[in-house]
Amino acid sequence: MSILAYNGGAVVAMKGKNCVAIASDKRFGIQAQTLSVNFEKVFEMSPHLYVGLPGLATDTQTVHQRLKFRQNLYELKEGRRMSPKAFSAMLSNLLYERRFGPYFVEPIVAGLDQNYEPYINAMDLIGCITQPDDFVVSGTCASQLYGMCEVLWEPNLEPDDLFETISQALVNACDRDAVSGWGAVVHIIEKDKVTIKHVKTRMD
Amino acid sequence: MALVELCNLESQVNVYPFQKQNELAEPEANMNLVNPMQLALPPLGNPISFMKQFSHTESGKPIKFDFQHGTTTLGFVFQGGVILAVDSRATGGQYIGSQYMKKIVEINDYMLGTLAGGAADCVYWDRVLSKQCRIYELRNRERISVAAASKLMANMIYSYKGMGLSMGMMLAGYDKRGPSLYYIDSEGTRTQGKVFSVGSGSVYAYGVLDSGYKWDLTDEEAYELGRSSIMYATHRDAYSGGIIRVYHIKADGWKHISNQDASDLFYDRKVQNI
Repeated sequence: MSILAYNGGAVVAMKGKNCVAIASDKRFGIQAQTLSVNFEKVFEMSPHLYVGLPGLATDTQTVHQRLKFRQNLYELKEGRRMSPKAFSAMLSNLLYERRFGPYFVEPIVAGLDQNYEPYINAMDLIGCITQPDDFVVSGTCASQLYGMCEVLWEPNLEPDDLFETISQALVNACDRDAVSGWGAVVHIIEKDKVTIKHVKTRMD
Repeated sequence: MALVELCNLESQVNVYPFQKQNELAEPEANMNLVNPMQLALPPLGNPISFMKQFSHTESGKPIKFDFQHGTTTLGFVFQGGVILAVDSRATGGQYIGSQYMKKIVEINDYMLGTLAGGAADCVYWDRVLSKQCRIYELRNRERISVAAASKLMANMIYSYKGMGLSMGMMLAGYDKRGPSLYYIDSEGTRTQGKVFSVGSGSVYAYGVLDSGYKWDLTDEEAYELGRSSIMYATHRDAYSGGIIRVYHIKADGWKHISNQDASDLFYDRKVQNI
């Protein structure tokens, strides 16, 4: 069994019309044993910038902390917020530093850039960035998420519709994965507000 | 018999009397059609050591025979008979193949079997067992006891020990000796008992089951105990879930009690307990 699937978990992000959404499940387990149902894998890095770190839970936390550290240094030195692009480059760099002993996370970055344009990307565990213009998926049910997103997503969704789309995609993908689910949380990021909604899912 | 030969039927179905069976030319072509207990074996030598060759690749990587594996099943005997309760999830690795598996097999009106482990193994051998039980009934003009049926099962499985069969089953029924419950697995174990739970979620189920089990449970209390044991197991065990099915076996045969969604049940309980 892959170490990436040791704790289970999934993250998905989508672009909408002047908004982006990023969602994760809330399971934390050790292989088949569910230990907690409030382990979120998406973190707010700044008001319009979120990062999801599905994978090995210990690395989820470590990478989050080291990211925050580097981001703070950047923002202190530069005296301004980090753009999603710069943040992604920094994260990619952080991951590649461990090329021969990687952190077992496959991150997703979602946010609005300086001009409030939607921005999403996904990375593998050593920092190779892919930047599609529809949606990105990661985690133990990535293949199920691809199936759901491919069918449900359409361009220029309004925030409410985007919420519905991303929730349905995540919930139904998790229902076909033994080690993801047990609750979900969705972040809808718009220019002047971020909405966080907790979604009920199957608890078995 | 001329018509049989004309239609070339003998290559597909055995139409000859018993004595002639051994004379038929291609034994492997219709082996378990004639005798369900005779499965095709890998050619050459000892099949157990032969199969071991295929457990690893040339580079030493283990080859997975990834069948349906995770399960929670339980059974217990009490004042009112026997209760069986099972989940319904079928997984292949992490992938959930089905949420609607029937893991309780109806062997006859008085006997039920539960499945855990390889789905195909369990279903196949349960079907062979129900045939054997029916034949016993016809030959002896009385129903087979659970003890005898479980021994038939254990013996059949034992002859394939070490060849990769994977099953942990409970056999529950009501015979002239009263209610009884047996645990049988592909390692050759066969034991009678009052309380059993089998499968990846069994540890969680035992936690609830053992704390709530009493001989004097009423029928309703017993259903509830079985149901909630499975429910908590499905919550903790990633490889168990779906529908919780409960069966009750009494002197007049088995009865299906309920099919309930494990997740719905969790939300119902959560309000009261967590």
